[in-house]
Amino acid sequence: MRLFPIRGGIHPKYRKELTSEQPIVALPMPARLYLPLQQHIGAPAEPVVSVGQKVRKGDLLARGQGAVSAPTHASTSGVVVEITTVTAPHPSGLPQLTIILEPDGKDEWTDLPDPIEDPFSLSGDAIRERVASSGIVGLGGATFPAAVKLNLGSQQKIETLLINGAECEPYLTCDDRLMREYAAEIVDGARIMAHALGAPGIVIAIERNKPQALEAMRAAAAGFDAIEVIDVPVQYPMGSERHLTQAITGRETPAKKLTAELGVVVHNVGTARAVHQSVRFGRPLTRRVVTVSGGAVAQGKNIEVPLGAMVSELIAFCGGLREEPRRIVNGGPMMGQPLPSLEVPVVKGTSGILALTVAEANERPTQPCIRCGGCVTICPCGLVPVEMAAFIRKDNLDAAAGIGVTDCFSCGSCSYICPSHIPLVQYFNYAKGELAARDRERRRLDRVKTLSETRVERLERQAQAKREAAAAAAAARKAASVPSENKASQ
Amino acid sequence: MLIAIGSLAALGAALGTVLGVAARYLAVEEDPLEVELAALLPGAQCGQCGYVGCGQAAAALARGEAPVTLCTPGGKSVAEALSKRLGVKADLSDHEESVPQYAFVQEELCIGCLRCTNECTTDAIVGAPKQIHTVIRDNCHGCAKCFKICPTEAIKMCQVPVTLGDWRWNKPGAAALQ
Ligand code: SF4
Ligand code: SF4
Repeated sequence: MRLFPIRGGIHPKYRKELTSEQPIVALPMPARLYLPLQQHIGAPAEPVVSVGQKVRKGDLLARGQGAVSAPTHASTSGVVVEITTVTAPHPSGLPQLTIILEPDGKDEWTDLPDPIEDPFSLSGDAIRERVASSGIVGLGGATFPAAVKLNLGSQQKIETLLINGAECEPYLTCDDRLMREYAAEIVDGARIMAHALGAPGIVIAIERNKPQALEAMRAAAAGFDAIEVIDVPVQYPMGSERHLTQAITGRETPAKKLTAELGVVVHNVGTARAVHQSVRFGRPLTRRVVTVSGGAVAQGKNIEVPLGAMVSELIAFCGGLREEPRRIVNGGPMMGQPLPSLEVPVVKGTSGILALTVAEANERPTQPCIRCGGCVTICPCGLVPVEMAAFIRKDNLDAAAGIGVTDCFSCGSCSYICPSHIPLVQYFNYAKGELAARDRERRRLDRVKTLSETRVERLERQAQAKREAAAAAAAARKAASVPSENKASQ
Repeated sequence: MLIAIGSLAALGAALGTVLGVAARYLAVEEDPLEVELAALLPGAQCGQCGYVGCGQAAAALARGEAPVTLCTPGGKSVAEALSKRLGVKADLSDHEESVPQYAFVQEELCIGCLRCTNECTTDAIVGAPKQIHTVIRDNCHGCAKCFKICPTEAIKMCQVPVTLGDWRWNKPGAAALQ
């Protein structure tokens, strides 16, 4: 297959060797599991269990609400001990409604929906329904409900299902390990998803620095003509949906549009495996593979974790910390977010937990911009980071929006390359949040305006009705009194 | 009967003509600037700025008598829009972004007097005489008019909690030079 170049990008120190040879191991069942109601993009799930209720592994704990949402299932068998707020695995450290489960140690499955023997004879809708009820979301970290994304085929013709095995973030090796160890499951999941999408072709894209994964996937895909396994150059951010699509189609996804516009839908390898498990065995999403790595961890590992385990348990399972970490990151070092503490649960979107040392975090003082243009050259979206940051610094967010700050996907390449260590991407994150907040505020004020106008109208209507009633009453009185006057004059 | 109808009709016609003529000759010139400014204000008529409603506030702004930061519920975005339109530089840095609030009726104290219902400018309070009232939270814009009028202090103003969905990053510190 012919590959097309993508713009910009960087070559950071990958440090994948810390965990790439660590096979996936299961985490011993923790004493408690914490399952937040919001582990996905969209509306939070709504609890359907009550405190004290006994559940078995795979039982529905909270159902999805609305068009874009995802349910949550019990990761093991046990008792629901509390439904309360717990610190979210989010940089804000805000509390979030969470179902707390106390495992009974039996890890016993519930009565699962029947396995689907031949998914290819089913309609796309039936498969989507199964995927939706299994609570599967994008496991690459974006956590968008997978079933919604599988529906894109009903709106436009999808030519290619692109399975993303690029794993371009440094440190992370969970997808690499998944591909090496569960290649057949991923291929099967991909075929089911392509069928649901109505996509004739499947492309599995893997960066060249994962030769064993490439080999394993090629072996598993042999015999399926529709599947092509390709090796893509090692270049951050190759694993971004838009850039991977550009690499295989040569076309750029228009701003604020989906790759589906180009006939391509992208799913992560972990999502493909989850779809396989759900369709072939009826198992909902109850666990995921997490890479625990970084210089401050005693022994980095790839761990299959029941959803809801505390990050501190993962660290303890890795032999604890070797030194005080400078930063704890949720995800990869480039796009990952700092964690408020270790006492937060692993959720569907947790791909990695990194404990970075001072040297790895590499925080250096900011200096004035030397106008080298480095950030402009490497921005994979063709933006001008130096100029956007200058506008944002002066609080001119509209100007920053005018030159595309909302198209920035926070890959962090510009901050990484900047010789003056200007926190460019931090400016963009701030600006995007602020612009979104203003938008929400504007919508709220519009609503208030409509409401108060409706009220004024209502008052006016009522006053009018009163006036009319009074006039009618007066007329009636007049009409009643006139004949009597006549009588009196007679 | 006929006399009554006739006299009323004549009265109506005469008064109508007078009113029509008056409207033509005594019309108050609508200041286009005022109209424009009023469109920028939230239009909730909440009176938190100290004027009777948004129209009066817009008039004061047009006369240059009120600061662009007058509208508390409008927050920074409204202040910015106003300063842009009026071409005045406003120091928004220390414009306290007021924490959004909503009203909550404590049922055990409510006597169902209907006063808050009549006061609310967005019809966010439902209630009937001698029935416990309640606030539709999505419709409440936190102006606290009901809070002020309630005779039994049954209404309390609560802060709208920050959720994961609307949390946002701060601006990088001043140490970040450019
Ligand atoms: S963070 Fe945004 S501006 Fe910076 S390189 Fe990435 S896409 Fe471009
Ligand atoms: S890379 Fe940094 S120093 Fe170079 S132009 Fe961009 S912001 Fe300025």
